[in-house]
Amino acid sequence: MLTALLVMAGIAIVLGAALGYAAIRFRVEGDPLVEKIDAILPQTQCGQCGFPGCKPYAQAIANGEADINQCPPGGDEGVRKLADLLGREFKPLSEEHGVEKPKSVAVIDEQTCIGCTLCIQACPVDAIVGAAKQMHTVVEPLCTGCELCVAPCPVDCIAMVPVADTVQTWKWKYPVVEIRKAA
Amino acid sequence: MIGRLFKFHGGIKPAAHKDESASAPIRRAPLPSRLIVPLRQSTRATATCIVEVGQKVLKGQRIGEPEGLLGTAVHAPTSGTVVDFGPYTMAHASGLRTRCVVIEPDGEERWIEHAPFDYHGTSREESLAWLRECGIVGLGGASFPSHVKLGKGAGIETLILNGGECEPWITCDDRLMRERAADILAGAVILRELIGAREMVVGIEDNKPEAIAAMQEAAAASGHGVRIVPIPSLYPAGGEKQLIRVLTGIEIPYGKLGADFGVQCFNVGTAHAVYRAIAHGEPLLSRIVTLTGNVEDAGNWEVLIGTPIEELLPLARPKPDTDRRIMGGPMMGFALPRLDVPIVKGSNCIIAASPKLFPPPPPEQPCIRCTECAKACPAELQPFELYWFGRSKNFGKAQEYHLFDCIECGCCAYVCPSHIPLVDYFRFSKSEIWARERDKAAADQARERFEFRNFRQEREKAEKAAKLAAKAAETRAKLAEAGSDAAAAEPAPAAEDPKKALIAAALARAKAQKAEVKPQNTDNLSPETQAEIADIEARRKALAGADGVAAPRTDAGPAAAAAADEPRP
Repeated sequence: MLTALLVMAGIAIVLGAALGYAAIRFRVEGDPLVEKIDAILPQTQCGQCGFPGCKPYAQAIANGEADINQCPPGGDEGVRKLADLLGREFKPLSEEHGVEKPKSVAVIDEQTCIGCTLCIQACPVDAIVGAAKQMHTVVEPLCTGCELCVAPCPVDCIAMVPVADTVQTWKWKYPVVEIRKAA
Repeated sequence: MIGRLFKFHGGIKPAAHKDESASAPIRRAPLPSRLIVPLRQSTRATATCIVEVGQKVLKGQRIGEPEGLLGTAVHAPTSGTVVDFGPYTMAHASGLRTRCVVIEPDGEERWIEHAPFDYHGTSREESLAWLRECGIVGLGGASFPSHVKLGKGAGIETLILNGGECEPWITCDDRLMRERAADILAGAVILRELIGAREMVVGIEDNKPEAIAAMQEAAAASGHGVRIVPIPSLYPAGGEKQLIRVLTGIEIPYGKLGADFGVQCFNVGTAHAVYRAIAHGEPLLSRIVTLTGNVEDAGNWEVLIGTPIEELLPLARPKPDTDRRIMGGPMMGFALPRLDVPIVKGSNCIIAASPKLFPPPPPEQPCIRCTECAKACPAELQPFELYWFGRSKNFGKAQEYHLFDCIECGCCAYVCPSHIPLVDYFRFSKSEIWARERDKAAADQARERFEFRNFRQEREKAEKAAKLAAKAAETRAKLAEAGSDAAAAEPAPAAEDPKKALIAAALARAKAQKAEVKPQNTDNLSPETQAEIADIEARRKALAGADGVAAPRTDAGPAAAAAADEPRP
C-alpha cells in the first residue's frame, strides 16, 4: 500500500518537474493565436473594425472582445478564414463597420494639394511623401487603400481610385456554366 | 544518347486537321494599313518606347528599348510614320490593353542599315546581347527571351530543336521546315555553339513526313552531325518536357528545368530567327502564321509583327458563319477579345471558328471520378482531384497535388466524359493562388511599414522629450552661470518634468533678455523727454522694490514664480 503510494507520488513529482521545466524551457513569447489572426487580416490598418490597426483587432478577437465580421477590407472570405481558424460559425460582414469595396488606392490631385501634411500624418503605412507647403503624392505600390487620408484633407483633393487590372494581376474567372439560364 | 525513343505518360490523339493549311507554300502577307506593335511582347517582358508620334522610322529600326532582364528590343516591322503611341488591346485572353506603337507603313520597305553579326569574332556575352538587341524570343508560343534561355553557356549537353507542332490545325513550323530547312539548321548550329552543346537533335512528329525529309536532306548537306528524329504523333509531344522525355528519356521533376539536366529546347522558328539575326543582321520583324479553320483558303503567311487580325484573316477568306477567332491552337489557344488585336511574336496560328466546326461544349455534368483525365495527363497529375480542390477553392490542397506542374494542355478536358472544362478550373486556381501570394506579400509589407511607423512615432516622441529636457537643463545652467537671481531662485524639481522645465527655462531666458535690454534712443533728448524717462524709471524702481518684497513667496512653485515675474504695467 505504502509502496504504491510512494511510486505514484514519485511518478507525479517526476512528471510535474518535467512539465514545469518544459513550461519554462519552451515558453512561447506572445500569443500565437493573435499572430495567426493577424496573418489573416489584410493589414490595411484602416480602423474600420473600431480598433486602431489590424493587430489590436486581432488581439480583441483573441480576447473575445470583438466579433470576426468587423473587417470590410478582408471581406466575406476573410471572415470565413477567421471562422475556420477559430472554429466558429461564418457570419456575414457586419454592416455597421462598412462594406467590402474593390481594392483602391488614394490619389492626390496635385493641382489642388496645398501641402498641409495632414494626410502624411494620417497614413498608417507612410505611403505619402511630401513636406510642408510642398506637393504631396501617394506611393501607389505601398498604399493599402485604407482611406484614412481622405477625411483629414482640408481641400478634399484625395480620391480613392480602384486599381485597374494589369496583365500580371488579371485573374481567370471561376468557370460558370449557366445551365438554368439556357434552359 | 541512344537511338531509342521514350514515352511520356498519357497524351491524346485528336484529329490533326493539318492538311487544310499545310499544302500551300508560305505566302508573304501584304502590308496592312497600320501596324500595332506592342511594347510588351509577353506578360513579363516589356520595352520602353524610344520613338515619338510623327517620327519617320525605317524597317528594322529600334522603337523599344528592352526593360529588365527579360526584356528584348522591339523594332519597326516596316518603314513608315509613327502615328500613335497608346494603349491597344493585346493578344491575351484578358482583353486588357497595353502600350503599343502604331506605325503607318509608307509602302517602301526601306531597311535601316544592317550587317551580318560575326559571332565567331566576338565574345559569347556580346552575341547574346546582339540576340536581345534583335528582339529574339521563343516563337513556340511562350515568347521567352532566347538570350536568357541560352544561359551561362555551360552544362548543356544536348540541344533539342522542337519541330513537334503537336497541336491540331497549326502548320507554320511544318511549312517552315519544308521550305527553309537549311536556314533553320544554320540557326541551330549558331545556337549550339552559343550554348556549348555537343549534341543536337531535331524532334519532328511523324505526321509531317515532308518536313522530316526536307530536314534530313538539309542535315546531310550541312554535315554538322544533326540528328533528325521522327517522333510518334501524340498530343502534347511538342511540349518541352514531353519532347525532352521522348528524345532523351529524362523526366524533369517539379521545379526543375531541362537545363538542370543538360538539355535545352528551342523551337525551329526561333532557330530560323536566330539565323536571320546573325547571318543577315535582321531583327525579328515577322513570323509565319497559320490561317485556318472555317476559311476558304487556309495556308501559312509570313506576317509582320503588329499586323491586326482584322486585316490578316481576310487573306484566308473566312466563311460567313465564322463567329469566333482563336489565337493559337484549339487545345491551348484563346478566343480573341477583339479583331484589332495585333500579331505578336508568339502568335503561331489564327483559327476562324464556327459553331459547326467547333460546337459549343455540352453542359458540364458532375465528375464521376472515372480517372480518364488522370490517364490522359502528360504531367502525371490527378486532374479530377485538382478539379475538386479548384471548385471548392481549396487552393492549398491543389498546390499539394502539384497544380503548378499542369501545362494546361487540355488533354484532361478533351477526354472528360462529363465535359468539365477542367483547364478553366486549373487556370482559375493558378491565378487565384498568384493573387493570394501577391495580397500576402502586400499585407506583410503593410504590416512591416505600420509597425515601423509606430516605432518611429514612439522614437520621435522620446527624442523630442529628451531634446526638450536637454535644452531646459542647458538654459538653466547658462543662467546659473550668469548668476541671475531669478535663475538661482528657480525651483529644482522642475527638472523632473521636461515640459515644465522648458517653460521655466523660457521664462528665465525672457527675464534675462529683459534685464539686458538697454534703452537705445537715450542721446540728445529734449528736457521734457528726460523728465518723462526719469519719472518712468522711478516708477519702475518702486515696482522692482515691490517685487523684491514678493520674492520670498515664490517658493510655492514655478507657477507662482512665473506669476510674480510677470511685468506689471
